[in-house]
Amino acid sequence: MTATLRHARYVLSENPVTAFAFALFFLLALCAALGPALAPFDPLASDTAEALTGPSAAHWFGTDQLGRDILSRIVVATRLDLGIAVTSVALAFGIGTLVGLAAGYCGGWIDRIVGRAVDTIMAFPLFVLAMGIVAALGNNVANIVYATAIINLPIYARLSRSEANVRRNAGFVEAARLCGNGEARIVLAQLLPNIMPLMMVQVSLTLGYAILNAAGLSFIGLGVRPPTAEWGIMVAEGASFIVSGEWWVAFFPGIVLMAAVFCFNLMGDGLRDIVDPQRRT
Amino acid sequence: MIVLRRLATALPVIAGVIVVTFLLTRALPGDPAVYFAGPAATTQAIEEIRHRLGFDRTLPVQFLDYLQRLEHGDLGTSLTTGQPVTTELLTRLPASAELMLLALFLSVAIAVPLGIAAAMRPGSPVDHVCRIVTTAGVSLPTFFTGLLLVYVFYYLLGVAPAPLGRLDVFDSAPPQHSGFYLIDSLLAGDFETFRAALGQLVLPGATMAIFTLAPLARITRAAMLGALGSEFIRTARASGLARHRIVFVYAFRNAVLPVITTLGMVFSFMLGANVLVEKVFAWPGLGSYAVEALIASDYAPVQGFVLMMALLYVLLNLVIDLVYGLVDPRVRVEA
Amino acid sequence: MRRRDFLKRTAAAAGTAATAGYVFPARAQSHKDTLLTLSEGGPNNLDVMGVGTNRPGYEASWNTYDRLVTYGVKKDADGNDHYDSAKIAPELAESWDLGDMSVTFKLRKDAKFHDGTPVTTKDVKWSFDRAMTIGGAPTFQFAAGSMQKPEQFVTVDDYTFRIDFLRKDKLTMPDLTVPSAVVINSELAKKHATDKDPWAMDWLKNNEAGGGAFRVEKWTPGQELIYQRFDEWKSGPVPKIQRVIWRIVPSAGNRRALIERGDADISVDLPPKDVAEMANDKKLTVVGSLIESALIYLSMNVKIPPFDNVKVRQAVAYAIPYQKIMDAAMFGRGKPMFGSPGEVTTTEWPQPTPYVTDLAKAKQLLAEAGLPGGFETTLSFDLGYAVTQEPLCVLVQESLAQIGIKVTLNKVPGANWRAEFSKKTLPLLANVFGAWLDFPEYFFYWNYHGQNSLFNDMSYQNPAMDKLIDAARFETDPKKYDEEVEGFITIAFTDVPRIPVFQPWLDVAMQKNVTGYRYWFHRQLDYRQLAKT
Repeated sequence: MTATLRHARYVLSENPVTAFAFALFFLLALCAALGPALAPFDPLASDTAEALTGPSAAHWFGTDQLGRDILSRIVVATRLDLGIAVTSVALAFGIGTLVGLAAGYCGGWIDRIVGRAVDTIMAFPLFVLAMGIVAALGNNVANIVYATAIINLPIYARLSRSEANVRRNAGFVEAARLCGNGEARIVLAQLLPNIMPLMMVQVSLTLGYAILNAAGLSFIGLGVRPPTAEWGIMVAEGASFIVSGEWWVAFFPGIVLMAAVFCFNLMGDGLRDIVDPQRRT
Repeated sequence: MIVLRRLATALPVIAGVIVVTFLLTRALPGDPAVYFAGPAATTQAIEEIRHRLGFDRTLPVQFLDYLQRLEHGDLGTSLTTGQPVTTELLTRLPASAELMLLALFLSVAIAVPLGIAAAMRPGSPVDHVCRIVTTAGVSLPTFFTGLLLVYVFYYLLGVAPAPLGRLDVFDSAPPQHSGFYLIDSLLAGDFETFRAALGQLVLPGATMAIFTLAPLARITRAAMLGALGSEFIRTARASGLARHRIVFVYAFRNAVLPVITTLGMVFSFMLGANVLVEKVFAWPGLGSYAVEALIASDYAPVQGFVLMMALLYVLLNLVIDLVYGLVDPRVRVEA
Repeated sequence: MRRRDFLKRTAAAAGTAATAGYVFPARAQSHKDTLLTLSEGGPNNLDVMGVGTNRPGYEASWNTYDRLVTYGVKKDADGNDHYDSAKIAPELAESWDLGDMSVTFKLRKDAKFHDGTPVTTKDVKWSFDRAMTIGGAPTFQFAAGSMQKPEQFVTVDDYTFRIDFLRKDKLTMPDLTVPSAVVINSELAKKHATDKDPWAMDWLKNNEAGGGAFRVEKWTPGQELIYQRFDEWKSGPVPKIQRVIWRIVPSAGNRRALIERGDADISVDLPPKDVAEMANDKKLTVVGSLIESALIYLSMNVKIPPFDNVKVRQAVAYAIPYQKIMDAAMFGRGKPMFGSPGEVTTTEWPQPTPYVTDLAKAKQLLAEAGLPGGFETTLSFDLGYAVTQEPLCVLVQESLAQIGIKVTLNKVPGANWRAEFSKKTLPLLANVFGAWLDFPEYFFYWNYHGQNSLFNDMSYQNPAMDKLIDAARFETDPKKYDEEVEGFITIAFTDVPRIPVFQPWLDVAMQKNVTGYRYWFHRQLDYRQLAKT
């Protein structure tokens, strides 16, 4: 454990960009945890007299078209966006990895069915599939999470399947079998921990993609319902004010969204460096 | 032989896509019968229209009917535009294809050199800048990037042409051969139209390219690093070959393989970004068509679009596999 | 090293500049005789009588087909051209003789369709019979003017056309000016009719067979529509614009950018905020016309508790943040429909209600209704109008929360909206209605009458109200008429199944060199009067 930490510290010191990404992630997590407590104003309170005022001492990030404080909305949205990202990725990872492991380890018809199902999902233009699911089921947070989870499932399934395939007849697996471990136990206790590092990398990349997905859905009109504060919908709504010069309505949520996704992507790279020296990129 | 075998494995996937799309579109809210019946229609009139259009039959019956029509290449008619879906898809396909291919070209032209440069000096500021720039590109929502580009280059600087679609209002399309304005205008020797079409393509193409820089650059860098660290490169270096020869002639050729495989993934990334970019730039392609139809709960275009995309995807993977087989002699030997 | 780098960098910069110059060619000058108009969506059908034809389809039809008569023109308060609902003017018909139970039209003899065929009464008869027979919107529209049977239309001779009345209805003549009352080239249409499609619905969807001032040169659905002037148009002064290009640009921000940069000439559906700013800037001409007989409102379904209790409805009416909505959603580009001083004393419609934002009164009324703790409900609105409806609904939601009513917002995509609200299952919704014919009884007939039409989204059925509406529709005594109209308006305000919020404006932005804009009741652009100096 300490060896990993030492190695982690080494990698971070070598790579200031990765260190920055981790620091940013902790900041975001803090925001999400503390949430509304940090917001200076009520994120839902409108004040039309103060609508569309630029960044000032009272409103650091300015106000939107209904006079709501943008900084407060961004802070409160952190919880929602990270929540959407983490939940959907957890679902995709959980189901996808288990299914993929089973397919790769057992082979045979399970492998074939899983393979076909995964291929079918991947044959759809994924964003359109997400749009379709949300449009059919209704646009609320739960459905956005489900839709994002479904379109990200195949990546995990494929990855874990190929990894399980490679390690199926490895030494440690044989040893475990000899010890009398059941198949399920081998998959969960032996294979899963082995591929965890690789999956962690993928998880951090998918986290970023989940947030962008929600933003794209908001732009089409299938995102979260108003007046919920969510980075993506704030950017989508603010986009129409760019031309008229109220750049801050879209800019600040956009920067924060970009920072979060950026941070997840860089963390993915960094994690790859930490956990698997062979695959260092 | 390989082609046939791959196509055979693709069939169940296509079947799955057809079924899922059918069910999904039937689950969409909205009642086309009410839409057709028009304003001030009585419930009786609506029921009549529902019967006339066949929406009162059970799902399995409707599905069989859909399959039958599919056999004849009839993808139905769009509610919102009133045109047959097949015609619309075929008319709009070149618009989207031209945009995506140009974006892919731009993306490769920027990402690959960046990746190589980063690989040649790992850990240096160049490497970090490459990582930051490409990751930044993929971290912004595509529609936001598009709108920003329009704002800066069209509205503020006046450098780019108006985001009015494939051609400016006062230009007319070149005589149709491939549907790709760039190719058709060159075939007709019309350089003015070529310039005009290219001008309209740059901003939306750049928007999509920015989004796909990251995966390409990352893979190029990783592949180059792997290739540069391998034994045969060490031998070449020891033998005293010139630096750029080693990098470009030997290392790059070997590194290009994973890049080709990634192109498939990048292309499907683009299909997703396509929808948003086309909306921003009023691009008359498949993406904007599908989005409008989906929002309007217009079954036929959505089903047709997804089917076409799935077919394209299968075809693309096939092409990539074949190219891979051509480029990598090891694959050929094994097969 | 440094010099080499410098040279490399300048070469790169020069190269980029040169490529940019090559790739982005110089802008062509906007042509004087061509007009470029932009909008968010385009026509889905060139036939105004088509199934499910949308509003942009009406615009295409208005400019490419003629009607028997049209309205004259007057100046509004700002000096802009406005159609004159009091003056019926000739279009295809040169003159007419309005009798007691019939009207006889004399068609002009030199009118031709676009393909050169002369326009005669057989075309009028075919077109009007078509409207009667195909059902749907055109049939209902004609019925609103008491034109309900094909036998009412009589061709006396090639250029004389008579319409017999079923009853005396002041709406009959105005009903002939509406977009649906077009005259189609029957010979051309019949050539494309089939046994299964005797009225050529399929062919007329994608092809126009009219005799209007413009002809369709090219239509790419969802992208653009190009019109060419019909130089032999005789039903009015020949238009000054020779070619009109109508481009679809879904992004409102881009539409604004295009107009402001001078790359487009005119646009109708820009958001109120942008219009308000452009009006202030004075770089463009902005014309805002009050849309008669139109209202943006909140409807409560009186069959769904607790909205079946009039006190609850009144409480909601007192809890609407009217002024905030005018400021933040409309940017002042609408006429407030709240805060009238007292009783209903005119037959003007729409007119303001006596309700104002008074949260204390709202809470009191809720308590009287037996719901002091409030309740939960859903507020639905049309995503297609989200630019104004969304801020409106968010503000309403916030205000209602202060009196204990917890509201969840429900965005319904545009194409599903009509289906949704016509099901009459929505408890609370924000909606808009605009009538083509500017008569209060006409508005009330569609919206408040117990016949429970599609537009009566409150499911309101009050026999007392119906009696007054039915009487007013055919009332000939002006004094009784005033009483009846004021009567049903009063009931509408006290019972308040629907809360009017404001009367919308139609905002049009155009380049300074575009003149001749005329506001029409159908809220679409009429290219025939436009010119570019």
